[in-house]
Parts: sequence; C-alpha cells; structure tokens
Amino acid sequence: MRVLRRARRLYGASPSHLFVLAACFALVVYAVSHLVENPSFTRMVSWFVVAVIAHDLVLFPGYALGDRLLTAGSTVLRRVRWRLPFSPVNHLRVPILGSGLLLLLFFPGIIEQGSVWYRAATGQTQEPFSQRWLLITAVMFGASALVYALRVGIAYWPETKAGLARLKKKIGAALGRRDPGRE
Amino acid sequence: MTESPSRAEEGDARSDERQGDSYGFPAGLWRALARHRPPGFGRSRLWRSPLRGPWLTSALGVVLLITLPIVTVTGLLSYIAYAPQFGQAIPAEVGWLRLPPFTWPTRPAWLYQANQGLHVVLGLVLVPVVLAKLWSVVPKLSSWPPVRSPAQLLERLSLLLLVGGVLFEIVTGVLNIQYDYVFGFSFYAAHYFGAWVFIGGFVAHVTVKLPRVVTALRSRSLRAELRTPRERTRPEPPDEDGLVAAEPAEPTLSRRAALGLVGGGSLLVAVLTAGQVVGGFTRRFALLLPRGRSQGAGPNGFQVNRTFEASLIDPRETGPGWRLVLSGGPRPVKLDRASLLAMPQHTATLPIACVEGWATTQTWTGVRLRDLAESAGVPDPASALVASLETAGAFDRATLQANQVLDPAALLALRVNGAELALDHGYPARVIVPALPGVHNTKWVRSIEFRSR
Repeated sequence: MRVLRRARRLYGASPSHLFVLAACFALVVYAVSHLVENPSFTRMVSWFVVAVIAHDLVLFPGYALGDRLLTAGSTVLRRVRWRLPFSPVNHLRVPILGSGLLLLLFFPGIIEQGSVWYRAATGQTQEPFSQRWLLITAVMFGASALVYALRVGIAYWPETKAGLARLKKKIGAALGRRDPGRE
Repeated sequence: MTESPSRAEEGDARSDERQGDSYGFPAGLWRALARHRPPGFGRSRLWRSPLRGPWLTSALGVVLLITLPIVTVTGLLSYIAYAPQFGQAIPAEVGWLRLPPFTWPTRPAWLYQANQGLHVVLGLVLVPVVLAKLWSVVPKLSSWPPVRSPAQLLERLSLLLLVGGVLFEIVTGVLNIQYDYVFGFSFYAAHYFGAWVFIGGFVAHVTVKLPRVVTALRSRSLRAELRTPRERTRPEPPDEDGLVAAEPAEPTLSRRAALGLVGGGSLLVAVLTAGQVVGGFTRRFALLLPRGRSQGAGPNGFQVNRTFEASLIDPRETGPGWRLVLSGGPRPVKLDRASLLAMPQHTATLPIACVEGWATTQTWTGVRLRDLAESAGVPDPASALVASLETAGAFDRATLQANQVLDPAALLALRVNGAELALDHGYPARVIVPALPGVHNTKWVRSIEFRSR
C-alpha cells in the first residue's frame, strides 16, 4: 500500500489516470502510424501544429485585442463624447462576431480560393460570395444599429417629450399667443 | 485600484501554499520552474473576463460532450458507406480504426443524405461552441508552472492532441466542402486519421475531467443563470484551475447573454448551411456555400458534382457509337442506348447525397440494375463493378454491394425529370442507387461487371 501511495505521489495522480492517458497515446500513435508512409505526412503534421498555433497565438489574441479596443472605445464614446444612456459595445460585438464567424467559415468562397477545383466540381464560379457576405454583414450591422437607436430613443423618451413640450411652448410664445399657464 | 495588485499577489501566495507540497517527480525540476516565472504567466492579470470559470467551461463542455460524438460517429459511418470490403473506402488501410463491419443498407433512401447532413452541418454549427470553449480555458495557456507532475505533463500533451485534433478536423473539413484543396494532402486520409487523434484526446479528456464537470455544474443553477441580468452577474469563486480571473473586470455581458451569443452564432451557421442538404425552399438560405445556388431551370437544373468538361472525356465517346458492356456472365453483352430504352423502364425519386454534406433529390428513369444483371447472365450477383468513360478522376469506378444492385430502385438512369440526362449529369447513362454516397453513383457509365462472388 505504501509503495502504491508513493507511486501515486511521484506520478501526481491515480493509476487509472495513467492508464487512460496511456491508452490515448497508444491510440494516437497507432492512428498516426498509418500515415507515416504517406508522402504528405510532414505536411499533415505541420497543418496540425499550425492549426493550434493559428488559434492560440493568432486568432485568439487578435479577437481578444480587438474586443479590448472595442470595449475601451465604446466607454469613451459613451461617457465622454456623446453621453449615451448605455454602452453600444454589444451592439457592435454581435455583428462583428457574426460577420467574422462567417468569414472564418466561408472565406474560400469569399476570397475565391480554389477556383479551379470549384469550377471543375460545380461548373460555376465563386463570384457571388464576397458580395453576399458583405450584404449579410451590412444587414447585421444595420439591424443592430436600429435596435440600439430604438433603445436609446426609449431611454431618452421622457427627456425627448419634455424637450418637445418646451419647444412647442417657445413656438407658441414666439407666435405671440398668450401662455395660459402664466396667468 | 491601488490595492488590487497586492490582492492578486496574496492570491498567488495562497495558491502556491495550497499546492506547495503537491509536486510530483522530479519535484526539484518543477519547483525550479515555478520559481522562474516569466512575466505575464501565473495567475495572470491578463485575463479579465468575469464570466470565465469552471461552470461556464463545463456548460460548454457538456454541449460538446453530447454533440461531438454525433459528428464523429456519422463520419465513421460514412467510411462504411463507401464499402471498405471492396478496398474502395479511402483510406483503404485503417487496421482496427473503424466501426465493426456491416453491409451499408439501401433503405431508407435518404440514409446517406441524413448521415452526411448531420456530419457536416452539425460540424459547422459546433464551430462557435468549440471556439467559445477554447476561449473559456485560454488562461490555462499561461498557468505557471505549466506542470507540477508527470501526470500533468501527460495530460497537457493529451490536450494538445485534443485541441489540435478538433481544429485540424474543422480546418480540413471546412476547406474540403468548399473545394479549396490548399492543404495539398489527401483529405480523406488526413481527416480520417485526424479524427482518431481527436477521439484519443477527447476520450482521455472526458474521462479525466468528468468528475470536475459534474461538480462545476452543480455549483450554479442553469435556471438561475438564465434569469441573471448583466448588472447582477458576478464572477465565479476562484478555482484550482485558475480559470476565474484574478482581477475580473466589470461584466459587459451576462452569462446568459454569452451563452446566447454562442447559440446565436450556431443558429446563424445552421440557417446558412442546412439548406444545402435539406433542399427545397431552404436551399436559397445556403447563401455562402457552393450547393445553395441555382443551376438554372429545367429538368437538368440541379447541382452538378464534377462537370463533363472536368472529366476530360472525349465527347465522341458519348455519341451514337456508345455501348454499355455488361460482363461477368457466360459472354459479354453490349447494349446501345436504344436497346436500353427498349428494356422495361422504371422511375425512382432518389437523392444524390455527397460526402460534403449536400444533397439534391430528383426523379430518375432508367433500367433496373438487377434487370441488367439478369441480361448479363448473373441474376444473383455478389457485387458489381461499374466503370466510367472517365479515366482521370478518383471516382472513375465503383463497386456496388449485392443489396445495392438488387434494390428495385437501383437504376442505370437514362433520363431525369422526364428529360434526357445532360452531359454534366452523366449522359449517356449513370448509376443511381438509394443511400449510396454520391461519388459512387458513377456517371458516363462504360461497363458493368457483375461478379458472382
């Protein structure tokens, strides 16, 4: 028992942990062994590694940085420039993320990559995709902006109403009518 | 604000104390590593989202735990649908890495359409969930020391296989369905064995983490989270994995909004992809995919896979001199198109369903394959090798199983939707078999060899 406990401490987890991970690595080694003879094996491995690097060191830092800038920018806009009743940050995030997701998934069509194979397979060109993506992006931004404008409008409604009433009063005064409230 | 750094340091000190004596072999190495912490590592102030934490990670994890196996199994089923017993599934040699063998059925006729639709559409729909899951665990990248024991070292290696595996499968799959072969290796081989690398990482990760997932999910109620607006959103309590930010920023989103954002992304992808495989009026919503587009009106106005031009077949070979050669019987039989049209004609409404997750259902008319088998003198074939006039492509031939030859709806189609087949759709004759992978419905058929064993 003491040997077991000691082994467990040296390894850092239970024996079943080791068993599961050993099985995992055995499976992976067995799977990859089928590809070693493949002339493109190195290419496959590099795409595997580059996929991780591209996510962890390019895509993630990229969108995280973008979001920091967006958040900071929205705060400045809201508090300093226009004194908006609430932050527009999520009304920008949603269409940006939506558009970015579509670009990430469908970029081959949008940038017309692989056009020779595309034509051989389908008999068509990839020409419409970039415009469609831009259009979907525009619709998402437009819809989001509209919702934001409505929300701001609703939030400001009491002030807007009061403002309109004041304006009406002023116009009334300017026209020389007697203000009944004053008497 | 001035007091926050010291609070974070305290946190560091506490977590060091808690795990101070928990180093595995060789403890000296890990301890030395821990002492040489590069700036930005450890319980870093870099990570500020107040939403990260074991509960959110586990919630996303459970979604993937349920759905990723569906994507995986449909992929492995597709391999069986290619009939590996004839050596025509790609990759041909997979050893034990396959589902138990069985004869791929011909019914229901939409079986392959549903299988690939699920595989591709669900695979795409899960991309936002996978990205969100990776976002939720990204502080682990900067944890310090990176490992404290051999167990953790192995676990992190298995995570590399898991993350690399899932990303590799997504990248190759996404490129392949759009005919962008920029990767320059065999898609089938890479995607198939890549899947097994992913399976290894996935099973290990689930086994190791499942208890923690259960604990984390029990720590908060989903229903309560769904009722919590941004103003009342608080960070999760500090966890031993360091997912919770040391100095969380003010939330700009509630947890329910974050989950909604991910779900909304998935919904957007679903709407823009499902039409490729569902067809009908939904096809027009597949705006950004190859198979959402119209191919013109008329009986032959449906999606082409590999044009006649790309097949490099000499057009003269499809002219009046064309003969279908049936072999395998006592002597070869040669039939011209007129004699084929003189045979009993049958009509079947069947989908062509591609491995790339798109389908189109049309009404085909032609001669039953089993009638052709009888004409050839092999009424009860064990299989049939169909060869195309094409000689350049990867799918210039395909072997059909007995059930695929004998199904009453399995046709050598001569006409579609009441008109002659167009050259792009396989004129003078093409195979159409229920529930068969699209590329095995050979076009521009030259010969069929019926084999009795």
